Amino acid sequence: MSVVLETLNLQRSFGALMVTDNVSLSIPVGARHALIGPNGAGKTTLINLLTGVLSPSGGSVRLDGEDITGVGQAARVKRGIARTFQINSLFRNLTVLDTIALAVAERSGIGWSIWRPANSYRSVRDECMEILTRLGIADEALRQISELAYGKQRLVEIAVALGLRPRVLLLDEPAAGVPSMESGRILEVLAELPSDIAILMIEHDMDLVARFANRITVLVAGAVLTEGAPLEVMADERVRSVYLGEALHG
Amino acid sequence: MTAEARSAQAGYAGATRYRWYEAVPFIVAIGFYFAMPDYLSLGSRILIFVLFALSLDLVLGFGGIVTLGHSAFLGTGAYVAGFIGAYSPVSDPIIQLLGAVLAAGLVGFLTGCIILRTKGLTVIMLTLAFAAILLELANKASAITGGTDGLSGIQVAPIFGRFEFDLYGQTGYLYCLGVLLVAWYLVRRLVHSPFGTSLTGIRDNASRMHAIGAPVYWRLVAAYSISAAIAGAAGALLTQINQLVGLDVLGFEPSGEVVVMLILGGVGQIYGAFLGPAVFLVLQDALAKQFPEFWYLGIGIGLLFVVWYAPTGLIGLISRVARRWGRP
Repeated sequence: MSVVLETLNLQRSFGALMVTDNVSLSIPVGARHALIGPNGAGKTTLINLLTGVLSPSGGSVRLDGEDITGVGQAARVKRGIARTFQINSLFRNLTVLDTIALAVAERSGIGWSIWRPANSYRSVRDECMEILTRLGIADEALRQISELAYGKQRLVEIAVALGLRPRVLLLDEPAAGVPSMESGRILEVLAELPSDIAILMIEHDMDLVARFANRITVLVAGAVLTEGAPLEVMADERVRSVYLGEALHG
Repeated sequence: MTAEARSAQAGYAGATRYRWYEAVPFIVAIGFYFAMPDYLSLGSRILIFVLFALSLDLVLGFGGIVTLGHSAFLGTGAYVAGFIGAYSPVSDPIIQLLGAVLAAGLVGFLTGCIILRTKGLTVIMLTLAFAAILLELANKASAITGGTDGLSGIQVAPIFGRFEFDLYGQTGYLYCLGVLLVAWYLVRRLVHSPFGTSLTGIRDNASRMHAIGAPVYWRLVAAYSISAAIAGAAGALLTQINQLVGLDVLGFEPSGEVVVMLILGGVGQIYGAFLGPAVFLVLQDALAKQFPEFWYLGIGIGLLFVVWYAPTGLIGLISRVARRWGRP
């Protein structure tokens, strides 16, 4: 499979602290890749480096083989990299529909349209409804984000990213804060995503990872500890000790 | 605000059709013209401040940019209209107005490019700083601005070559109302557009707007420039109505008062910008007659009540009451 997103010896330090330490990852088209690791392993920093929120201290990020290390956040989104946030990062005063429409509008280049009423863009509205229907939350379209249950807000997070029609989707703990009985719904949604989207998911819940990913990278103290198929990684003694250690601490 | 209230206002599923209550401010304004012919200079002042507050609502209410230096644009518009009327042969009020709009918009663009690179308190400080710089410039360049004496000798021809500015302020009042109507229409279109919706998104969560690929900075610069241009129109009206420009248009007072007016009326709802200045200036007028030394106290107490009991401003209070009435 051809590689869509990759990093080469990616580094990022905050002062003397090395948060991303020579990380080389390669995400092929259609990947279902999970990134796991204890708290403070630098997982979210890695997503920020991939999306251009942070710039690396060293190494490079490539999309379709092209170096995009110096490309800004907005331009990377245009090239097909979308993300969700670990903590819901939505628009409290907007409706669900408008929230997703903002993403669809930016992608289709009408964000600067200053004269025509937003509600006259039928195609935008239809596309939003199509995404919401796919995620099973079409009934909530006209409700305000702040009125929505947390689990549904998590789904809206994913819906916003889908509105960008990404080729690479970076999910930062999509089930964080969701009661385990509802996380099943999120997993179902993830399983139904188009297979040509490459997905890199950060997740703590090993159960979720085991069911979702066909490849796992373990990050510890900013560096890649190991990478491989789920069974292989989970059987690894070092991985077990990292997680066991965390369990004892936490 | 509830979802219905919000979606009735703007957005991709919103309603853009006009509702009867949107005509109320204009009907009241026309009623005022006939009922209070002796108060038209106060009336014009209210209309001008409504226009000024409307320009502020665009950046503060929709863009979430907190500014305490909006008089920079009111003042730029006022002086540029004054310069054209005093130093050039152009006495046509519409051309003076357009000149003021362009100049204020340009100043808004240039200062916005710097201010909007920053966040939070720095933004407020920079808006204050730019207004202070312009005030000092106008003060120092007294040879052309008239300094503390003010700029006078401003020629303003009849509007469209027909309607002369009269002593009673009738023409001036209707002229202000006409300009306000145009600006209101423009702002309303903007707020209902995808651009306007994206501004609301930036106000609520700028980092998420970055993450969906929106050019957040340039959106804000655009909104700031448009807002400055409208504030410049308000300044030009002040100049043309008074045929005099004083340094106080660039001072802190208009910047601060317009923020108070907008908060009083309600931020981010267009019509708050109509209600706030009207209530503020009428109260000011009435209280200043009764208690010339304490009128600001009345405004202060009124504002406290609004902030406490009606955080969405008087307009929010009205719509809440109306909703309770409409749906028992």
